[in-house]
Amino acid sequence: MTTRLREVDVVIVGLGWTGGILAKELSEAGMRVVALERGGMRGTNPDFAIPQIRDELKYAVRNHLMQNPARDTLTFRHSPTEPSLPMRQLGSFLPGEGLGGAGVHWNGVTWRWTGIDHAARSYYEQRYGKSFIPSDMPIQDWPMTYAELEPYYDKFERTAGVSGKAGNIRGTKQTGGNFFEQPRDRDYPLPALEPSYSQILFNDATAQMGYHPFPRPCANASRAYTNPDGSRLGACVYCGHCERFGCEANAKGSPHITVIPKAMAQPSFELRTHSWVTKVMLDSTKKKAIGVAYTDVSTGEEYEQPAAIVALCAYAINNVHLMLLSGIGTPYDATTQKGIVGKNYCYQPGGGGVTLFFEDRIFNPFMATGAFGIAIDDFHANDQFDRAAMSALGGATINVGQSNGRPIGYRPVPAGTPRWGAAWKKATAKWYLRAMNIGVTASNMPNRYNAYDLDPTYKNVFGQPLLRLTYNFLENDKKVIGYVAQKAAEIARSLKPASMTGPGMLGDYNIVPYQSTHNTGGAIMGSSPGNSALNKYLQSWDVPNVFVLGASAFPHNSAYNPTGPVGALAYWTADAIKTKFRNRPGLMT
Amino acid sequence: MKNKNRRDFLKTVGTVGATGIAAAVGGDTSVAGQSPAGSPAGRVLLDPAGGPVSHAYTFLTAPEAAFIEAAVDRFIPADDLTPGGTDCGVAVFIDRQLAGAWGSGDRTYMQGPWQKGVPTQGYQSPLTPAEFFRAGIAATNAYCRKTLQKDFDRLTVEQQNKVLQDMEQGRVTFEGTVPAQEFFNLLLGTAMQGFFADPIYGGNRDKAAWKMIGFPGVIAIYSEHIKTYRNKKYDVEPKSILDLS
Repeated sequence: MTTRLREVDVVIVGLGWTGGILAKELSEAGMRVVALERGGMRGTNPDFAIPQIRDELKYAVRNHLMQNPARDTLTFRHSPTEPSLPMRQLGSFLPGEGLGGAGVHWNGVTWRWTGIDHAARSYYEQRYGKSFIPSDMPIQDWPMTYAELEPYYDKFERTAGVSGKAGNIRGTKQTGGNFFEQPRDRDYPLPALEPSYSQILFNDATAQMGYHPFPRPCANASRAYTNPDGSRLGACVYCGHCERFGCEANAKGSPHITVIPKAMAQPSFELRTHSWVTKVMLDSTKKKAIGVAYTDVSTGEEYEQPAAIVALCAYAINNVHLMLLSGIGTPYDATTQKGIVGKNYCYQPGGGGVTLFFEDRIFNPFMATGAFGIAIDDFHANDQFDRAAMSALGGATINVGQSNGRPIGYRPVPAGTPRWGAAWKKATAKWYLRAMNIGVTASNMPNRYNAYDLDPTYKNVFGQPLLRLTYNFLENDKKVIGYVAQKAAEIARSLKPASMTGPGMLGDYNIVPYQSTHNTGGAIMGSSPGNSALNKYLQSWDVPNVFVLGASAFPHNSAYNPTGPVGALAYWTADAIKTKFRNRPGLMT
Repeated sequence: MKNKNRRDFLKTVGTVGATGIAAAVGGDTSVAGQSPAGSPAGRVLLDPAGGPVSHAYTFLTAPEAAFIEAAVDRFIPADDLTPGGTDCGVAVFIDRQLAGAWGSGDRTYMQGPWQKGVPTQGYQSPLTPAEFFRAGIAATNAYCRKTLQKDFDRLTVEQQNKVLQDMEQGRVTFEGTVPAQEFFNLLLGTAMQGFFADPIYGGNRDKAAWKMIGFPGVIAIYSEHIKTYRNKKYDVEPKSILDLS
């Protein structure tokens, strides 16, 4: 039997970064907000306390903070002609589950996306001509400019305690920051972290070669910090247990220590954990949502929660799944290229990195933070970088981080070393401290065939169709990686290592090894219902009292990590709901 | 008994289950921990609590345990860097993992229908990891009996290395449901987890793997060291969760 609950102003599906920001902003504005989180309650103490949190096997290998694929997963194939099979275990990406979502176990890299990203189609058409964009690459501009979003980027950086160095404050270039960044109103709230030895080597080598190195912005607090809401962050201790772990020092900008406690202090806010939303309920016109249906997975009881506004704030993949299960918008069909929901899925091609081995240098890879690093943007944010030379759209950053030296996952050995036995042991013992990596992180342009729809065969534990992902790396990605990887290799050679491995070639996408949790698109934003599922306020064109937050809204993926604009857009949408939609519900313009 | 392997010893004693035997053997690691084919004699190891090392198994049968011990000793041979895989607790680690949640298919989508798929689609077996291991061990032994007339653990070290290399390179095909290369990768991956994970899980005894590479463990407060240890070795006795619990 389904229990129908009392109507609220807003129901939020998923309480991570975007749900947390919306929960805080809207409940503080006096709206009655209920957040439904499918996972459990959790907090720094005792859930992320040492020594137990420093358990590589449990958290980094067995993925105990993540979505459990036994309940719900997706199916995957490279192209529409192949059978799709379930992703039975997590691998390539790690959606979160539980209070704080993936905002608990992220690394903290917090970019503002480039001016080119905000105007993806216009930039390429103007500079290279319309024919430079392949006909099967449906890129489009964001529906808001970088300048419009700048105050919201700033707000998110302040909330999350981002450490970094500005490169451009209101048009004036700043020494030591990113030479290519868009103008900012002010510097980051915290100075950059102390660089590792590997980062210093990379910084000096790239500067020597005429590139523009700078510290990568990251939500690992370089010192103790109190954010504008009064949330207190500790200083990062470079422990090397960031990604896939919760931070015991509260030094990683995370929703469970910032926006969520602020929402929970509001009498008009209520959190329900273990509450799995299976559907957004629409009225008979299919133009209005009347609430959501959910199951309490700790009791099996089913509920309906009526609400004036439904905000989908689940992981980017799950937002799209819920839209398709609920019949919000027209599903995309890659064959006919009709419909919208599910199109423009993008990811993050890697594989262009190099590992350098030195006889006489010690890197101590375990002295690490999730996000600190030195990057160069000469082949990405740089709008003077000639894409015609690469014959591809997009670009890649080249960077040296040092996110962990945890030994199950990190054991570099030179090319040709066996994977086991006496020679492997000897090499592992010798090179563990003496290797460093130079990474290449590439953008990913959409392709008509890279998309989601519902799987015809496989079901989740609620008997609903799994989401089906059709995806592969394509020609454009291979060109970008091929071009920028050679630049990374040149930088590496200038450091004169004893040997180096890589760069590799980008092959077919493989869903098994971890690459990044940067899944974007599927419920994209744009300028009209013809090219997008959402308008500029992340409001559904088809069902205007449904908002869909998160990276599912991005029409393409940048070479930058997604969380910066994910957070900024959550503040942007919260503002639009408070100042516009609340007074005049309906499609906002 | 010094020159006999685990299986011979078990045969001598009788057909009692592996767990009971191993418990009865207790700290006699010169028997229980010894590699079958003449690698250095097992040394007496103490577990961190000071007691003798146990080789008790809960999931693996005696022949399966003999297989796993031989395999992990080939992956991690005893040398001046560390004791062999078995003496480092890697076989015990694998046994506990297979007996526990992971072995039972925790956090794995187990619904059908079942199709082979391509490697880039990942694990598609209808077997749980524990069942997959069991079938893989049986298939490897069947292959060894067919081609070399002995179970894997009774082969010479050179023969064992050759069989493992052939599995790794995809040069052999097993009869039955378990692909040789896929089993090899799971076996090696799980052994490496055991060698390098925190000793709370039974492997990495005495933090041997961490000492081998210079990983300092879980204390990890490097706010100052990030500057003072640039290009400088950080030599400390590693600390594990087990040490701090």
